[in-house]
Amino acid sequence: MNVGDLMAAWFSDPANWSGPAGIPARFGEHVLYSALAMAVAALIAIPAGLLTGHTGRGGFLAVTLANVGRALPTIGVMFLVVLVMGIGLVPIEVALVVLAIPPILVNTYEGVRAVEPGLTDAARGMGMRAPQVLLRLELPVAAPMVLLGLRTAAIQVVATATIAAYAGAGGLGKFIFDGQKRQEFGMVAGGSLLVVLLAVLVIAFFALLSRVAVARGLRAGAAAGRR
Amino acid sequence: MGDDGLIHWGWIERGLADPIGTALLQHLQLSLIPIALGLLAALPLGIAAARWPKAYPPLLGAVNVLYALPSIALFFLLLPYTGLTIWTAVLPLAAYTLAILVPNVVDGLRQVPDHVRQAAVAMGFGPLRRLLQVELPVAVPAVIAGLRVAAVSTISMVSVASLVGLGGLGGLILRDGFNNRFATPIIVGVLLTVALAFLVDAVLVLVQRLLTPWARRTGAEVRR
Repeated sequence: MNVGDLMAAWFSDPANWSGPAGIPARFGEHVLYSALAMAVAALIAIPAGLLTGHTGRGGFLAVTLANVGRALPTIGVMFLVVLVMGIGLVPIEVALVVLAIPPILVNTYEGVRAVEPGLTDAARGMGMRAPQVLLRLELPVAAPMVLLGLRTAAIQVVATATIAAYAGAGGLGKFIFDGQKRQEFGMVAGGSLLVVLLAVLVIAFFALLSRVAVARGLRAGAAAGRR
Repeated sequence: MGDDGLIHWGWIERGLADPIGTALLQHLQLSLIPIALGLLAALPLGIAAARWPKAYPPLLGAVNVLYALPSIALFFLLLPYTGLTIWTAVLPLAAYTLAILVPNVVDGLRQVPDHVRQAAVAMGFGPLRRLLQVELPVAVPAVIAGLRVAAVSTISMVSVASLVGLGGLGGLILRDGFNNRFATPIIVGVLLTVALAFLVDAVLVLVQRLLTPWARRTGAEVRR
């Protein structure tokens, strides 16, 4: 039996679709870990990026952080945090948040920096104060970049949440590592395929979000940006 | 020996050649091969996309979706076919670099000023010679900017390959560190990965300076 058949057999076994270790439950866990980490990271990184971008201070720090963040091996961060803090939901969320902050921060920062000075001048000329300029002009204009940062972070978080299963968490990675341990290759491949499916759903979600959250006049500009 | 909690200096001293040195060399091999393969594939793809702009958006969409697929899943899906060879890691990692390299090759080629291209035509350059001697050299800064991003993220991603049983600094992190509940190898692995990424990045900056002497002479600012 080849891996494709083993995987088909695993997917078609009804026992794998129910209970706390079933596919829907593990899928839900994975989404929950990722969404929680993304929410916390966004709450920290978007305001920080807006402020550094608006004032122009701390930009070097934001860019350096992003460069180091990109070079950090995700499994090293995950395993070190779990080793130091112990197994549990909190350490895993801490590791995921640490990895998600740099891309959101730097893209928000660069998005705000890239707002044309003419626009901010006009906003000030209309009598807007600094917080209004930030929230009503700079944030909407920077929205495509903020979304790009969120998307990059989400892709990273979904991938790393898979690895968290090795460190005792649930989620879709559990199928991969349990299957590896028990030599059940249909389960390993099935779990991997579910991770791929979730990643595709994440891209689709952000494609949809950018249609809703980005002003019509800005949509063409969303293509360019850094990772 | 100051063994203050997380760092066990004695282990580092004993393990400097093996496992630390071996893991570092394996890591370098596991990251340089996909970067090189990625560049080899991205150049013709980018050249084709610059020539036939209609083909570019679908190509870009495809490489971007590929980039979003978690490496751990692709490694495990490939494992039954490639086994414990380096290809299990090399093929997905090379594919990821395309999402960064192809757009940069296309941007680089599009940056070639029209008058430069026309001058080459006027000098009797055929399409191939124009590409090799004029257009690609002008695109070098953009291509290297892409290579730098691709190199850093590849070097960081190679560590994940340890979960399927391959070596590299990820092996240090996973087998010597996490599986033994021992923090020192994890810290060494993380720091060496970051150091290796910055070293390769610095080498690429140097390569760019060597390949584009005109940028230095005129002091022209290079994009990114």
